[in-house]
Amino acid sequence: MFKKILIANRGEIACRIIRTARAMGIQTVAVHSDIDRNAQHVQLADEAISLGGMTAQESYLQADKIIAACQQTGAEAVHPGYGFLSEQAAFATALGQNNIAFIGPPANAIAAMGDKIESKKLAKAAGVSTVPGHVGVIETAAEAVKIANDIGYPVMIKASAGGGGKGMRIAHSAEDVETGYATAMREAASSFGDDRVFIEKFITSPRHIEIQILADQHGNCIHLNERECSIQRRNQKVIEEAPSPFLDETTRQAMGEEAIRLAMAVDYHSAGTVEFIVDADRNFYFLEMNTRLQVEHPVTELITGLDLVEEMIRVAAGETLRHQQSDIGINGWAMESRLYAEDPYRNFMPAIGRLSLYRPPEEKHHDDGSLTRNDTGVAEGDTISIYYDPMIAKLCSWAVDRSAAIGRMRVALDDFVMRGIGHNIPFLSAVMEHQRFLSGDISTAFIDEEYKDGFQGVAPSPDRMRDLGLIIAAAAHKDAQRQSSSPGQDWAIQFVTDDPAQMADANLRCSFHLCQQDTALTADISPYADTAAGTTDAISIEIHQSADTPRVAASITDHKDDKTRHYICQLHKNKDSWQIYYRGTHLAAHARPPHIASLAHYMKPVIAPDRSNMLLCPMPGNLVKIMVADGDVVEAGQTLCIVEAMKMENALVAEKRCRIDSIEAKAGDILSVDAVIMRFADANA
Amino acid sequence: MKATGQDIIKELQNRREQARLGGGTARIDRQHAAGKLTARERLDVLLDPGSFEETDMFVVHRSRDFGMDGNTIAGDGVVTGSGRINGQLVYVYSQDFTVFGGSLSATHANKIVKILKLAMQNGAPVIGLNDSGGARIQEGVDSLGGYADVFLQNVMASGVIPQISVIMGPCAGGAVYSPAMTDFTFMVRGTSYMFVTGPDVVKTVTSEDVTAEELGGADTHTKISSVADGAFDNDLQALSEIRRLVGYLPASNADKAPHTDCIDDPRRTVPALDSLIPDNPNLPYDMNELVISIADDGQFFELQPDFAKNILTGFVRMNGATIGVVANQPMVLAGCLDIDSSRKAARFVRFCDAFNIPILTLVDVPGFMPGTSQEYGGIIKHGAKLLFAYAEATVPKVTLITRKAYGGAYDVMSSKHLRGDANFAWPTAEIAVMGAKGAVEILYRSELGDAEKIAARTADYEDRFANPFIAAERGFIDDVIIPSNSRFRLIQAFEKLRKKQLENPKKKFGNIPL
Repeated sequence: MFKKILIANRGEIACRIIRTARAMGIQTVAVHSDIDRNAQHVQLADEAISLGGMTAQESYLQADKIIAACQQTGAEAVHPGYGFLSEQAAFATALGQNNIAFIGPPANAIAAMGDKIESKKLAKAAGVSTVPGHVGVIETAAEAVKIANDIGYPVMIKASAGGGGKGMRIAHSAEDVETGYATAMREAASSFGDDRVFIEKFITSPRHIEIQILADQHGNCIHLNERECSIQRRNQKVIEEAPSPFLDETTRQAMGEEAIRLAMAVDYHSAGTVEFIVDADRNFYFLEMNTRLQVEHPVTELITGLDLVEEMIRVAAGETLRHQQSDIGINGWAMESRLYAEDPYRNFMPAIGRLSLYRPPEEKHHDDGSLTRNDTGVAEGDTISIYYDPMIAKLCSWAVDRSAAIGRMRVALDDFVMRGIGHNIPFLSAVMEHQRFLSGDISTAFIDEEYKDGFQGVAPSPDRMRDLGLIIAAAAHKDAQRQSSSPGQDWAIQFVTDDPAQMADANLRCSFHLCQQDTALTADISPYADTAAGTTDAISIEIHQSADTPRVAASITDHKDDKTRHYICQLHKNKDSWQIYYRGTHLAAHARPPHIASLAHYMKPVIAPDRSNMLLCPMPGNLVKIMVADGDVVEAGQTLCIVEAMKMENALVAEKRCRIDSIEAKAGDILSVDAVIMRFADANA
Repeated sequence: MKATGQDIIKELQNRREQARLGGGTARIDRQHAAGKLTARERLDVLLDPGSFEETDMFVVHRSRDFGMDGNTIAGDGVVTGSGRINGQLVYVYSQDFTVFGGSLSATHANKIVKILKLAMQNGAPVIGLNDSGGARIQEGVDSLGGYADVFLQNVMASGVIPQISVIMGPCAGGAVYSPAMTDFTFMVRGTSYMFVTGPDVVKTVTSEDVTAEELGGADTHTKISSVADGAFDNDLQALSEIRRLVGYLPASNADKAPHTDCIDDPRRTVPALDSLIPDNPNLPYDMNELVISIADDGQFFELQPDFAKNILTGFVRMNGATIGVVANQPMVLAGCLDIDSSRKAARFVRFCDAFNIPILTLVDVPGFMPGTSQEYGGIIKHGAKLLFAYAEATVPKVTLITRKAYGGAYDVMSSKHLRGDANFAWPTAEIAVMGAKGAVEILYRSELGDAEKIAARTADYEDRFANPFIAAERGFIDDVIIPSNSRFRLIQAFEKLRKKQLENPKKKFGNIPL
């Protein structure tokens, strides 16, 4: 076994690999860029070597420097993690030439699977199902119809040079093909200057299901079942689970066998993943093979009990697999949520910033047998920069079945407190309560279909709204108790909304009883609007707040049926209103003594300043270029400037014809969200 | 037939009821339609339920001219009295816009003066809710005299009891000078304005076309003029925030600031503070994060949040005790001291000193702002205000330097030399005459052509001075502390200073550079 290995990566995956290596008694070497010099993976490793630089290109992609770091520290092997150099055959080869082991597959397997066309050919040759289609230029409409008939409907006519939906037509019949062929060709010609099209089977309600395989250098290969990764946004996986709620044992076995066949065909060893697309009839088709450890590998570990990193290290050291296919079962159910630094309410714009508060839930086996695991590479006070992947953590849950695993995930998400940076927890929590997700009826189009207009938060049910109002009432009451020796006992909870009529029904009266206990309060509650007697309900509420985080744990018991509901939510007080956040719901409410609440209807809303005549920076980033000057008249759709964030250039365009009145920022400025870039005036003024 | 006791009581009740109606239901409805509460409703919201005790309810004016004879309304446009805020005694007056437009008559002024005198005598804060059309024109010079009586009493009360003004409607002409004399002025957005002369006069005199809101609305006075210390969205928010503010204040200069139960562990460490200072010394960070992470429950009552944002001022509690915070904000103008920030902080420091509130100063200051606009504007004199205020302050003064403390600004920011009681620095502190680059350019002018030499000299200077240890060797810094322990170290320092005794030489008063 190796005595020392180097981890050519950063963030959570570097930390995760270091932990396994340490458990195996292997010394670890971290590498890092300049801005990562105090990062978690550096602190965790036994040694650290600086690669210099800021960007990935300047640091983690510097193969020569990494090989030099191995030589300097005496590391015998390199684990590449995922991303960066993990799928660069040349890197694996270079390591070999320097007598350093690569904890991954052989270079030729990486190369073979790295080429889309080559890998499909290989798969076909190995008897792995690929998407039926005709990868060749089609000359006439008649030929197109013939091919489509052979493939079976529906089919997709696609531009060879295509992308972005242009030149794509779905055809359900021969007639569709004839018309679709012509339009697709025309669109292809006008969009790409290339009118070649091809035809492929169109997969309806596709699911992304992948098979984890594990192979040694002695010709043994097993599969570790599947992971379902259908919950994606713009081809980026968001939620993964194992097993898939969709596969039956026959399909699973067939997919596993094909995955193994493909691996054997390229003399694969180490861990690898064969990705399939699965249609509504459980037909599966090879998509690609990832010749590395996948981000979502923990869900496989949780249902199989294997440590994939450990297995990879053992394989790289030349050991034979310790498990046979028959040893591998499926134990329970695992979920993974990827926590990204992004703003779900603003079309998932990337977010950057400092984690001034970072309190993940405790990783542990719970009393009910379930488990919480959090793979993370950051700590409180760390900064999420624009240079690397925006993933903050991979939060996993495990339980005996899917619904219990989802339940555990919900609570784990509730219990995750972060401040200082936008993140997608509200969105993840919303999905974890989404009926269609719960039913397992998902596809890669889930997010697009269920959140057509983006994520707008979750409208709470009346019961949940009442409970969140009660939590606010209890917090307000405890707050008042601390301020005053004789606080009032009666509270009115009035929700704040743009449309008061819509929420008026939810407003509450809450009358706390005098009681000595510090934590448990009892109260009579009634709807605010209802002044008639007889609608009062008695409840008990217990809340626990922490002084330095917004986390609040609450238990509410209805005396009527003695049922208790538990909440972990986040609560802030901002001047005279309370803001409560729970599972994608954000509510604001006033908690006031009733005699004050009765005056609230006289208050007028403050009119927000009109910002429609300003261009505001939609995300934190670097203003790369301004394309207009003072006084220019611009047309709708014209690019005004370019803001770079997370390595992506974003063009900001004019929404309507107007004149540039003034420019408030200059190229090179680092802008925060909502910074004013320029002001507009009427084009004709 | 002679009136019986019952009749007399009934008569009293009738008179009270009449007085409570102020200018009548029609005017009350108009007040409500404008999004404003009445004078009495405001007191109901401000004070603990049932605690208000009214004085001078039956006062009427004695004006004879211009049809005022016989046109009287009990109370004469201002409701005065006392009550409690979370149990603490306060005196209040609340102008009633429904009665003669809240205009100030001689008797109206007398009622306010009476309240101010009572508050001084009994040692309790005064809160004035202003909603007045101005002078009672029918009374002429009597009204003017009334204003001056109020001003004088505001001045007499200054430094004796906390005085808070809330502008909840118009406040124009001479009327503005009463709030201006008080310690804090707050406004309500959209329904209040303050100016010496209104838009019509402005138009006649200077030809400027300006609305009342632009001339003297809440935005103007919180962002541009700094006349107001804060603005709130509506009457309810304003009054509930005033309740919160009063909770931080002592009743008078003879009292200590109130102490509340603290449920936030004084020994709580804040790991994130160890990485608050960015690696790059030219990058800003948010000083607010430091303030809220060391304060009890993360609560910071900020004053003048929208003015001179390069310095933060406001109240926090630390282990239950009120502390006044002054902190340079590197996010704005690199946290430098300029005219506005010096004035803002100086007035706050003097308030704290007057009312026995210990001062925490958080320092990251690259110096005074250079430039003609600052020099022409008198930065020397305005900067001196802050220096003077810190130097004369005798309350406990605890200072923490987080990063830069350069030049004269280091001296100003509650340094040891100005009788700082406990002066701490983080290991990231740099206490020096100026930044290394500037220093080297002066010290090694002859080598400026040689970039390599200059770089080496700069590195040398940084090694020598870009740390807190030179200052610590001299005792200018009492200790260099680990950032994550700041909360506990600061609390401990303040608790040891609780019985601090220090007096300035006897004098009528110092001559602060006004």
